[in-house]
Amino acid sequence: MVPETITREIDIDAPLDVVWGIVTEARHLVGWFSDEAEIDLRPGGAMVLTWHGHGTYRAVVETVEPPDTFAFRWVRREGVEPVEGSSTLVVMTLTPNGAGTRLQVVESGFADLSWPEHDQAQYAGENADGWIVELDELRAYAARATG
Amino acid sequence: MRVRLLDLLLERGEATASALATELPITRQGIAKHLLVLERADLVRAWRVGRETRFTVRAERLAQARGEMLQVASRWDERLAAIKRIAESMHERSGSAEPE
Repeated sequence: MVPETITREIDIDAPLDVVWGIVTEARHLVGWFSDEAEIDLRPGGAMVLTWHGHGTYRAVVETVEPPDTFAFRWVRREGVEPVEGSSTLVVMTLTPNGAGTRLQVVESGFADLSWPEHDQAQYAGENADGWIVELDELRAYAARATG
Repeated sequence: MRVRLLDLLLERGEATASALATELPITRQGIAKHLLVLERADLVRAWRVGRETRFTVRAERLAQARGEMLQVASRWDERLAAIKRIAESMHERSGSAEPE
């Protein structure tokens, strides 16, 4: 069957507030998500996400409930406003797990995308292509990050 | 609900919205609405036979969509791994981590 949502989880040996900062602050988003990021961190706040070589895309913050829930709606077509039917919803949930954090991400709304077939396939393909974060870059970023 | 619809359609091969409504706990109009979304996503094909509209699953498109979703999932795994590395590195660095 085709799932309409994607759910992934990971356990992190760091407390909720540290993970929350990395998930919600623009200076950290560029470490794991886009190459450049702007975020107005409140419900309805605008996000601008740039991937070098791919373009600049809009997103909108849906939920900010520190330190456990952050959600945003985003599109992978330039110039398109993130509303229902044009975007997918990403919900990130943080729960304590001993001294660490369980981070869960749920992305939904794929089947609702009201685009012609080839655009949808390209959308999902674009979600897959070229976003592989180089391990070396990550290590360098982690070494630079001082919190 | 859409997943159950697809399951049912795959089982039957093809069906009308009315026929599907007899097997699921929602109205024919509700079914028709879901089928429209599935058709726009190109997972289902619709065609008219007389006064009826029949639906069938586009199996090739289903397989393709499944593959695309697997890729999206895999991208999230990479991002979560990156968040983990950054968070643990920061936490270690801050000196508040308990010694092992």
